[in-house]
Amino acid sequence: MDKNALVVKNLKGYYRGTFGVVHAVDGVSLKVDEGERVGIAGESGCGKSSFAQLITGTTTPLLHYEGGQVKVYGYDIWKISPEKMRKEVKCKLMSYVPQAMLNSLNPTKRVREFIADMMRERTGRKYSIDEVREMAIEHFERLGLDGYVLDVYPHELSGGMAQRVITAISTLGSPKLLITDEPTSALDVTSQKRMIKLMIDIQREGIIKSLICISHDLAALNQLCDRIVIMYAGVFVEDGRVDEVINNPFHPYTRMLMDSLLPLEPETKDKELSSISGVVPDLRNPPPGCRFHPRCDQCMEICTRKEPPEVEKDGRIVKCWLYTKIGEKGKRVKRHLERR
Amino acid sequence: MKGDAVVRVKNLTKLYTSGYIRTTEVVGAKNVSFDIKKGEIFCLVGESGSGKTTVGNMILRLIKPTSGKILLDGKDAFSYDKKAYWRKVQAVFQDPYSSFNFFYNVDKPLNDAFDLLENSPSKEERKKIIRSTLETIGMNPDEILGRYPHQLSGGQMQRLLIARSLIIRPSLLVADEPTSMIDASTRVAVLNELLRLKKVAKMSVLFITHDLAQAYYIGDRIAIMKKGEIIEQGPVRKVIFSPKHPYTKNLVASVPPLHERWEL
Ligand SMILES: Nc1ncnc2c1ncn2[C@@H]1O[C@H](COP(=O)(O)OP(=O)(O)O)[C@@H](O)[C@H]1O
Ligand SMILES: Nc1ncnc2c1ncn2[C@@H]1O[C@H](COP(=O)(O)OP(=O)(O)O)[C@@H](O)[C@H]1O
Ligand code: SF4
Ligand SMILES: [Mg+2]
Ligand SMILES: [Mg+2]
Repeated sequence: MDKNALVVKNLKGYYRGTFGVVHAVDGVSLKVDEGERVGIAGESGCGKSSFAQLITGTTTPLLHYEGGQVKVYGYDIWKISPEKMRKEVKCKLMSYVPQAMLNSLNPTKRVREFIADMMRERTGRKYSIDEVREMAIEHFERLGLDGYVLDVYPHELSGGMAQRVITAISTLGSPKLLITDEPTSALDVTSQKRMIKLMIDIQREGIIKSLICISHDLAALNQLCDRIVIMYAGVFVEDGRVDEVINNPFHPYTRMLMDSLLPLEPETKDKELSSISGVVPDLRNPPPGCRFHPRCDQCMEICTRKEPPEVEKDGRIVKCWLYTKIGEKGKRVKRHLERR
Repeated sequence: MKGDAVVRVKNLTKLYTSGYIRTTEVVGAKNVSFDIKKGEIFCLVGESGSGKTTVGNMILRLIKPTSGKILLDGKDAFSYDKKAYWRKVQAVFQDPYSSFNFFYNVDKPLNDAFDLLENSPSKEERKKIIRSTLETIGMNPDEILGRYPHQLSGGQMQRLLIARSLIIRPSLLVADEPTSMIDASTRVAVLNELLRLKKVAKMSVLFITHDLAQAYYIGDRIAIMKKGEIIEQGPVRKVIFSPKHPYTKNLVASVPPLHERWEL
């Protein structure tokens, strides 16, 4: 078996509909080793959720796989049969918790009934209440969840509790790789912290081996992950160790993103922080060249017409002309950027 | 000192009752007291359901208090007629798009703002004021005017609403989670706009948020709410970095730091 938990090569996925073609994921590559916890961050609309759907093979109706490779422990998920995917990859090797899963829980079913349904789908046979309980209770308790939650309805759980229950259900089969989309976004800070701890614990306990967590919250990812990937307008622009990326961002987008954050530190009040001017582009018609160039304060002439390469620098990957020979002497395009 | 409070709330309580036969009561807010001075940004912070919006809505006169008092410029809030009150107390809400009509361009709410004024300026005057107001908040009028809501970002819309309140110049702006639907990358622009209101127009702001960091960045004083009650209030720096109440301590400790790592 492949020792890489996940290998993604030049993956593309577009939405196609009456609205046109949205280039949501447009040629991204990523390698996740077993044991890593990787965060994927970026503003909303940058393609994070679309990426999660594409690497788990669970695309929503309008999102289409358009090319590239996704290998989960060596299984080429867009090549293998749905049968093989269901039997050998899903739940055993990989489990996926979509964004806003909380809202999609059927309110008329108790937690144990979800588990029964899920098991039936996976194995093709029915499960009794006792069987479910026996199977789940130890796992739930290991994650610090009281067994009573098996008998409640979703609306009886607080937001934080519900997210933890969903995570527990998703890891019942001890998937080697867990992919979770915005697990903390809808929660109050105290529940967020508990959720972060839970994700670290399930890895420590050996229930999962690797984690990919998608979040727009860099500070939360800083607590949870070893590595972080910054996504902008359908592509990955920086990939490196989380502390290094946060403390010394290379890519202008990462830097401007960091400059706009409000850490809860005494100095924050004395700083005049600024946000990034402009908006994430409409991905039906992404800007030519570097997709960040209309908002970049370092933009050079070449950036406006040629896509930057992925450069390796100090153990990081940066997709930016600044880190190439051209960039070292490139003249900055002078213009007025609204900085507020 | 006492005289210059723009708003003063005293023992403000709201019990929501529901059900017909067997009614149950839910505490929305309980014995909430604070005052906001001229040119001050006062923050109400707490987790969801702690009563922040309830307090904001009472101050906006959108819901009636069960008991307690709200004084605006020293007079009972309910002694004003509604139009006069809303000229003095304006609001910015969570969802900026909800305040705009999709069929009209964004000039309309700006224009309508003048109708709240006692001496409404002429059409030409209005145009001039709108343009200069947009310029004050650093927006290019030519890029904004004539556009439709879906053509602007959430951050731009919130800033427009703040610009609108600059035209009306209320004594108090109630901003209830104005940045919660806006990306972190553009959030600061909205906060800086509120800071500008305070600086340029000496306006008072009641800033409601669940985010301690935002409150810290723009606030002068802060009140922490829990289950409808204020459990601690004071200057932001003091409350956040030397909290007295264990609940505040826990809240502060739960915010993920950006430059350190928790031992988990
Ligand atoms: N169902 C959909 N139909 C059409 N476009 C979509 C759909 N869902 C998302 N998009 C578009 O795809 C892009 C990426 O969205 P998404 O993956 O949800 O980003 P993120 O998770 O980073 O916020 C955005 O431009 C978004 O508008
Ligand atoms: N219209 C209402 N009817 C009944 N209960 C309400 C109503 N609005 C709010 N509540 C309750 O009052 C409490 C405070 O709510 P709210 O003021 O919205 O809190 P916050 O804004 O801090 O999230 C909550 O328990 C909430 O469920
Ligand atoms: S490639 Fe050019 S425009 Fe893009 S981020 Fe780098 S410097 Fe900025
Ligand atoms: Mg998303
Ligand atoms: Mg609220």
